[in-house]
Amino acid sequence: MAIKSVIYPEFEVVRYDRCTRCGRCIKECANGVHFFSQDKKMVLSDDTKCVDCLRCIAFCPEHAIKIVKSGCTFRDNANWRPGIVSGIIKEANTGGVLLSSMGNPEPYPVYWDKILINASQVTNPSIDPLREPMETRVFLGKKPDKIERDEDGNLVDNLPPQMELSLPVMFSAMSYGSISYNAHSALAQAAEELGIFYNTGEGGLHEDFYKYGKNTIVQVASGRFGVWRGYLEGGAAIEIKMGQGAKPGIGGHLPGAKIVGDVSRTRMIPEGTDAVSPAPHHDIYSIEDLRQLVISLKEATGYKKPVIVKVASVHNISAIASGIARSGADIIAIDGFRGGTGAAPTAIRDNVGIPVELALASVDQRLRDEGIRNNVSLVVGGSIRNASDVVKAIALGADAVYIATAALIALGCHLCRNCQSGKCCWGIATQRPDLVERLNPEEGKERLVNLLSAWKGEIKEMMGGMGINSIEALRGNRLMLRGIGLTQKELDILGITHAGE
Amino acid sequence: MKLEGEVRIPSGCAISAAISRKGNLFTGEGMIKAMEVMHERSNGLGGGFAAYGIYPEYKDYYAFHIFYSDRNARIETESFLKERFEIVQAEVIPTHQIPEITDVPLIWRYFLSPLRSIVDREMLDEDEYTVRAVTKVNSTIDGAYVFSSGKNMGTFKAVGYPEDVGVFYKIDEIEGYSWTAHGRYPTNTPGWWGGAHPFSLLDFSVVHNGEISSYDANRRFVEMFGYRCSLQTDTEVITYILDYLVRRQGLTPEEAANVIAAPFWSTIESKDEKERKRLTYLRTMFSSLLVTGPFSIVFGFTGGLMALNDRLKLRSMVVGENKDMVYVASEEAAILSADRNAGGFRFPMGGEAVVIRVEGEV
Repeated sequence: MAIKSVIYPEFEVVRYDRCTRCGRCIKECANGVHFFSQDKKMVLSDDTKCVDCLRCIAFCPEHAIKIVKSGCTFRDNANWRPGIVSGIIKEANTGGVLLSSMGNPEPYPVYWDKILINASQVTNPSIDPLREPMETRVFLGKKPDKIERDEDGNLVDNLPPQMELSLPVMFSAMSYGSISYNAHSALAQAAEELGIFYNTGEGGLHEDFYKYGKNTIVQVASGRFGVWRGYLEGGAAIEIKMGQGAKPGIGGHLPGAKIVGDVSRTRMIPEGTDAVSPAPHHDIYSIEDLRQLVISLKEATGYKKPVIVKVASVHNISAIASGIARSGADIIAIDGFRGGTGAAPTAIRDNVGIPVELALASVDQRLRDEGIRNNVSLVVGGSIRNASDVVKAIALGADAVYIATAALIALGCHLCRNCQSGKCCWGIATQRPDLVERLNPEEGKERLVNLLSAWKGEIKEMMGGMGINSIEALRGNRLMLRGIGLTQKELDILGITHAGE
Repeated sequence: MKLEGEVRIPSGCAISAAISRKGNLFTGEGMIKAMEVMHERSNGLGGGFAAYGIYPEYKDYYAFHIFYSDRNARIETESFLKERFEIVQAEVIPTHQIPEITDVPLIWRYFLSPLRSIVDREMLDEDEYTVRAVTKVNSTIDGAYVFSSGKNMGTFKAVGYPEDVGVFYKIDEIEGYSWTAHGRYPTNTPGWWGGAHPFSLLDFSVVHNGEISSYDANRRFVEMFGYRCSLQTDTEVITYILDYLVRRQGLTPEEAANVIAAPFWSTIESKDEKERKRLTYLRTMFSSLLVTGPFSIVFGFTGGLMALNDRLKLRSMVVGENKDMVYVASEEAAILSADRNAGGFRFPMGGEAVVIRVEGEV
């Protein structure tokens, strides 16, 4: 007799009597949860397929549906927790690696939540951003060691290429393929309207989006998909992706099923072939090889574009960053272990890498200790969730932050963490035309602009409260931060003191 | 309670300055009067003066003013200095013993010439060599603190009200062509002589009223270049910023003002193209040296001084003049106390540098 294991559905669809059997939920659910029973003349559900994406709830005209945790699971066990047991069962069933998407959901410390921000009282005034100028503009890029003057004594602009941002937030890399055409379109338009940048990710740049070039970062990853001269020249900056916070040390794999039509053309690979990004760049096995790629890309683009090197935050991140800062790169992007992904082995997503707060603090201090902080700008991501995270990141030493999950939430993502299925009901992480068209790019752009306009307002209020009227005076200003509930070791790494000190 | 330098102590203050455009020498008597009338702006926990042109007979030598807590600190410091400098003159700085000034340390003055062979071996210029010696003494010798190190200038400071500090150091008998003065209102300090102001490094001196909100961003940036903010005061970090920008980068004081009190982007955009590019360059190149929060400072240097307010003008500062004399102070009353015939009062805008240079050689 076969071994029979039970994984009871995690979610349960509750349907109230006020359901009018309009069938909207059936239409909206790409996972096939809802169906009409001819026998019973009513809408029923297959709970095993539900991923809790909340699409049906959002569209049910009668508010007749709710999704609840089923609660039926393995016997309580603090060690053999349900996810661990069901993981074993799934692996025993299939022999395959468990896959997950979006960021690490495990209950590791979130240091942003253990850091508090200062405000002025008495000895210096707070500043009201509604009445006084409050500046959030930043320039990313290398700053030279010395000024230069011409023969008449005038200052010469000897700055290497810089990226100008109206506020220190950019949209992080998400490839066309992992997310939809409409999602890319919304990000590109929002970046242009906001005066910031979005990032192509590693899947090339769709021909329709070259017009947003001055607000685009083009990415060069280990698979080199969609990289050609026009692509490198088409963006405002070039990012070399060495690693991703959600899956440090491994590459990527976009299944052939998603390499269709424009995705195939944009990636410059045949339809239906798997797009496999190798774990390392096979021309970069060491830091001196990275330098060669940085310089090659600069040579290819006439030294007119800043080069960003993106790395995952891993244990020896400060030594790695020190090497990158001497590689000719202009900007280092550090991606924390809570950063999102379209698909990653669960074991890696949940166990590899370190929190970006600690990585940022130690990298910023290391580069200062070595006197090379001016060689590069620092951008951090994974995961920046709100304006106060931005303020804390800047005060710890970041020049700017990358956001992706927050941007997707603005576009309708409800964090069901099933991007790898390709059946995103919100039209984001899918290539199915009927699902993609659910995301209206103009509306998406508006929501992204709204989100960052709100953050900008909050950042200004917090800066004003600290008596700071320009964001550069906040950068690395760790005296504005205090830790709460942290050990001395954690405080030392973050370079801050405890609340009350 | 932690000592100054172990903890950051904000403070309010009074400042004043006077300079003769013609380079005429005058005593510090007027400065004492200016500070006296602003008594309420200090709380007796620090006062001081900096004066330029006061050591003409030793003008080619670095003049070190040093506080010692005891004889051992002096012996240790002198043996360090002897290895690196020719000590041309060493003496106790003359003072009046008055009841208002207590806990007086040993206060010595040295005129020093760097030993050429060591300067060459270390491949430094004399200024940088001397700065490093000052940093070394202040950070490693317990009980010794070099509080003045420029040529043909000197800083005189103590715990007490500034007018009493002036009497203590007999500054009404000292003659200089340019003076700055400071009275301090620290919000928390046990009162340490080294923590009084002006703060100086080589011939640069700074008096400051305010509490800057960019402190740690500025501190962590300048510390990349070998400066150690051991006092954790605004004045100290502003002095290092100015030293970095003016001495090490070669900016003019006016350009340095465009960095530390940079115009708003909206202002920069209203300028003509050349000026817009210049200001954008300075703001971008030295973005970590923008100083925010309230401040009014007077930056003294050989041959001149610069008065500067933060870009929102969150601290009072007034400029007045009389013939060749130019005065700067927190209050108009202070200027009139120093010189009852002063006039032409004006209130520089936030971020507007007022630079006065002495005509000709000094």
